[in-house]
Amino acid sequence: MCLRFIGGDGTVSKSNVFDLLGPIMVGPSSSHTAGAVRLGTMARKILGEEPLEGIVTLHGSFAETGKGHGTDVALIAGLLGMAPDDERIPDAPEIAKERGLKVRFEKADLGDVHPNTVKFDLTGPKERVEIIGSSIGGGAILIRQINNFRVGINGDYPTLVILHQDLPGVVAQVTLLLATAQINIATMRVSREKKGAQALMVLETDQKIDEAVLDLTRRLPSIKQALAIEPLE
Amino acid sequence: MRAYEDWVVEAETKGLKISSIVLQNQIEELELSEEALFERMGKNLKVMRESVKIGLSGKRRSASGLVGGDAAKVEERRKSGTTLIGGPMSGAIAKALAVAEVNASMGRIVAAPTAGSCGVLPAVLFTLEEIFHSGEEELLSALFTAAGLGIIITERANVSGAEGGCQAEIGSAAAMSAAAAVELAGGSPRQTAHGAAIALKSMLGLVCDPVAGLVEVPCVKRNATGAMIALTAAEMALAGVKSAIPIDEVIDTMAEIGHQMSCSLKETAQGGLAVTPTGRKIRADFL
Repeated sequence: MCLRFIGGDGTVSKSNVFDLLGPIMVGPSSSHTAGAVRLGTMARKILGEEPLEGIVTLHGSFAETGKGHGTDVALIAGLLGMAPDDERIPDAPEIAKERGLKVRFEKADLGDVHPNTVKFDLTGPKERVEIIGSSIGGGAILIRQINNFRVGINGDYPTLVILHQDLPGVVAQVTLLLATAQINIATMRVSREKKGAQALMVLETDQKIDEAVLDLTRRLPSIKQALAIEPLE
Repeated sequence: MRAYEDWVVEAETKGLKISSIVLQNQIEELELSEEALFERMGKNLKVMRESVKIGLSGKRRSASGLVGGDAAKVEERRKSGTTLIGGPMSGAIAKALAVAEVNASMGRIVAAPTAGSCGVLPAVLFTLEEIFHSGEEELLSALFTAAGLGIIITERANVSGAEGGCQAEIGSAAAMSAAAAVELAGGSPRQTAHGAAIALKSMLGLVCDPVAGLVEVPCVKRNATGAMIALTAAEMALAGVKSAIPIDEVIDTMAEIGHQMSCSLKETAQGGLAVTPTGRKIRADFL
């Protein structure tokens, strides 16, 4: 490959007919348009509420060729909750104005990351979050970072994101709760600021995480925040 | 790593079409019923049909202004009866341009296999529909044949311009379309393999050199020429013309040529048409 990839998890395998014929999408580019919509949608889901303000920083190929691919428009469409095949995507900037979402674009070198990378600084009525994600090919995406934590969320699975205190037994409490609710964990990643400080747990599951399970998770000791993200379409 | 040849042999042994083999395979792979698979593919066919119609209206323009209105020009000439290469071929050119123009102007399309090559398969498919008055189920079956070959291509090579150049995008689309056209026209499973091989051989070595990095120049017109190659290859295969090199070996060759291709010629806009004086000027004017 001529482009530099980090982490080695940027490969998209295509093994079914709908990967070859599809997605149904608004053009012109699966990575720079459809992937950008999905990144915006995922950022909105992670914020967990209607975004009011966003500073969107474009890196690499997103910054260089984004204009002609409608990457900026596609990212706004995603922040508004549109799917990649929504024919209103070209009108996203106007729709954002109507709905009171202010978006400002910047260009910057985000370092040693995938060429199609974007950083969102999102503010909602209550929450604020910084998210870094990449469009890794064919419309597939990967959320790399939430606030100061490294993550790896691709939107294929129901995902549980938990901010907690780095203490013994916290992970076990969560996994026990999921086990009791008959929710199987597909992948899991825990990272922390430093020993004993704040930590982030990201679990991808095979079953949907419903409100009841999420509520129970939030009541566990040492849990500061918990967010359930539904898979992308 | 699977081979298309295995599917051809299986189809010949069981007396089935390639699409039936692909369907059986996907029923297991996706754990879906045949009806569910047909229904989902039906959505793709519907969007393909709409994108042809919208593109032929001639009203779409890309953000850069470089692309738009050419499909309508070709269609108008065809309708006036003055076509040089015949109605069906002229119609295929118009349809391929139409879908690619819709894509370039942020309209809705089906990536087939990519957004940049989305015009080839609809152009070929709907051209055959006009000739043979094919039914919905036949068209959908042909899409499964096309996608089946695409699966083999992604296993043995790739369908990404950044990895394999344009031969991997328009080349794969042309090979997939040739296989679909042969089956739709009543050819044998073996003939679909020859058609696909002849089409892909004709596209080997084609580089990805988009002006200003946009999916516009030369991408849109290559969709039209890709459709022509697919139809030409299908015509040969249906007449009994054979490809000396089998499809799986041609796919492997496409992968190898992609590896050997310079980075400047793989979607980076650092070589080929992108760095011509005019290409540079377009980039400077637009960005």
